[in-house]
Amino acid sequence: MKALKLIIQREYLTRIKKKSFLILTILMPAIFIGVIFLPIWLSGIKDSEAKHIAVIDPTGKYASHLQSSDEYKFDITDHNPGHLVSEGGSELYGILQVTDDLSVNPKAITFYSEKQAPIGLLSYINSTLSEVVKSEKLSTLSSRDNIDPKVLTEIREITQSRNNVSVTTMRWDENGAEKETSTAIASGIGGVITLLMYMFILMYGAMVMNGVVEEKSNRIVEVLISSVRPFDLMMGKIIGIGLVGLTQLLIWAVLLGVVSASAGTWLTSSGMSDAAPMLTNMELLFSVNWIEILICFLLFFVGGYLIYASIFAIIGAAVDNAQDTQQFVMPVTLIFIFALYVGIYSIQNPDGPLAFWCSLIPITSPIVMMVRIPFGVPLWQEVLSVAILYISIVLVVKFAAKIYRVGILMYGKKPSMKEIIKWFSYK
Amino acid sequence: MIYLEARNVVKQYAEHTALSGVSLQVPKGCVYGLLGPNGAGKTTLIRIINRITAPDSGEVLIEGHPSQASDIYKIGYLPEERGLYKKMKVGEHAVFLAQLKGLSKRDAEQKIAFWFDKFDITSWKNKKVEELSKGMQQKVQFIATVIHDPELLILDEPFSGFDPVNAELLKREILELKAKGKTIILSTHNMESVETLCDEITLINKSQAVLQGNVKDIKEKYKTDEFNVVVKGNSFDIDSGLFSVEAQEMNEGITGVRIKKSQDVSNSRVIGEISGKYEVVSFNEILPSMNEIFIQTVTNK
Repeated sequence: MKALKLIIQREYLTRIKKKSFLILTILMPAIFIGVIFLPIWLSGIKDSEAKHIAVIDPTGKYASHLQSSDEYKFDITDHNPGHLVSEGGSELYGILQVTDDLSVNPKAITFYSEKQAPIGLLSYINSTLSEVVKSEKLSTLSSRDNIDPKVLTEIREITQSRNNVSVTTMRWDENGAEKETSTAIASGIGGVITLLMYMFILMYGAMVMNGVVEEKSNRIVEVLISSVRPFDLMMGKIIGIGLVGLTQLLIWAVLLGVVSASAGTWLTSSGMSDAAPMLTNMELLFSVNWIEILICFLLFFVGGYLIYASIFAIIGAAVDNAQDTQQFVMPVTLIFIFALYVGIYSIQNPDGPLAFWCSLIPITSPIVMMVRIPFGVPLWQEVLSVAILYISIVLVVKFAAKIYRVGILMYGKKPSMKEIIKWFSYK
Repeated sequence: MIYLEARNVVKQYAEHTALSGVSLQVPKGCVYGLLGPNGAGKTTLIRIINRITAPDSGEVLIEGHPSQASDIYKIGYLPEERGLYKKMKVGEHAVFLAQLKGLSKRDAEQKIAFWFDKFDITSWKNKKVEELSKGMQQKVQFIATVIHDPELLILDEPFSGFDPVNAELLKREILELKAKGKTIILSTHNMESVETLCDEITLINKSQAVLQGNVKDIKEKYKTDEFNVVVKGNSFDIDSGLFSVEAQEMNEGITGVRIKKSQDVSNSRVIGEISGKYEVVSFNEILPSMNEIFIQTVTNK
């Protein structure tokens, strides 16, 4: 027990004391935000020059409705140049050719270009011209005598109004009390937690593996093993590194608390007019059962980490150097990516059979269950999932310890899976 | 008194047998050599004594009792393949290893101060391990082995990586520990250090103990009854039934001869025979070196 404590202490302190830990802890949220927002920002950058599109419209009814923007300039011409150079000599991006009355023949329009036309441009043309055709058809209707013009105006209003239906979601708890909830917020929480789990478990699992490989390849393990039981050495490493992970989470939680608290006071003090919708969002944020999420997060986070860290410890013990780990890491990562995808899919269908079963299977449950919990999961499922997870951990750790014990003292040839299984039976 | 005993230890790995029924007895307060070619099973035996692996059958007794988990604190083990955490400071590292051996932090720090001073490495305390040379790291490892004042020391190739000065220091240290009544098992390929340090040996070859006993007795057993005789004179010419002349060499009035004694002839009779004719300068028995015995035993079987 004393040795275990010493190992945990060493693993924890040497890592926490490193400068890189502090830097990474602070930089990570920034990188995380960057990775999410950079592509959004980049996709918003427009081309510097507008693309010219020649519109040939013999009917004369449509071309004028296409508005030029910063991105596209619609030039109306009356004959097809046949090639992508306009009369002024500047290069044309494409030619839009209307050949017939679109209200009669809606397919009588073609876009010619050298490159595949972008979706944004096509949907703009489609939606604009559809509206034109729609109102044109309504106008034709109004010319008939048997229809009251008032009705037509109403129809026009209805088709133009954009009042979409918005469903308010309410959840009943067992006592029948209802509260307003937000699917968007539940999905958001599920998504963030999934990513956090994925990142942490892989990162810290790999850290366990590299630690074992390091001890083995520089032979410190030979020195340690005479005074520490291999089980203590392995568990000490797994627990010590796990505590580093929890410390990092705690630092982030504190940072997040400070940032959101200061943002809150700034909002109320500046008395911003758009603070009202923000406040309803905040209320919705509090409608989620945070205590349940927090408890489950800790349970599944620790459980998921323990199970994967044990597997990574086996890999570390089986090989001699860092290069050889790849072959064994691959399948583990694949399983993990599978869990991540099931998790993302579960956001759309949190109670589907795939989500349900994968939230019980211990290697996928930490991720998948955490996606489902913000949407509300029956207590028995949560308890069952946690129970299965922790029973599996005991078994996996026992198995890992047996393999580890033999593996750390084996040098030379990289063992095959079969040989590793055989180690299990060694005394 | 026997400090450590191994009885019929068998250890089988998937494809090969590492030990097939090895027994040995290590008396208290002696330096015991564990010899054998690479892959003979020495390291496996050492690991079993250290309780790192368990034997398939057979047992290890320490002071007459079957060894138990707490016995590892009575053992100081310096493995052949040894390393340290590169990024740790030397002083902290030594404290960590000492604490693993059951010492309290304060005891560990005190003893480390003593040993660092003795080995003249106090100034390295705050350096990182990766800054040390291999020989320097060996010193730290040796200190970690003896820090908890163990009754039994198991040193596997302790001299590798040491320069002659430090090797001599280590040898003195081993003899000092022996004088304090500690029992030392020395596993090495360096036969010269076996001759100077070991009282008894076991030679393991192909997973079996093939030669065991007191170094002097073994040498006695392997001797070939050959002698180096140096006499005054320009030749050596005795035709005797007591011995045969194997080789001779003359140099400025002194002749050196190697003779082989016939069976059941006492040394005095041989000397008498020779001194009757020549002035004897010296008369030495040629004893086989441990190196020769090692090679002979391993290649014959």
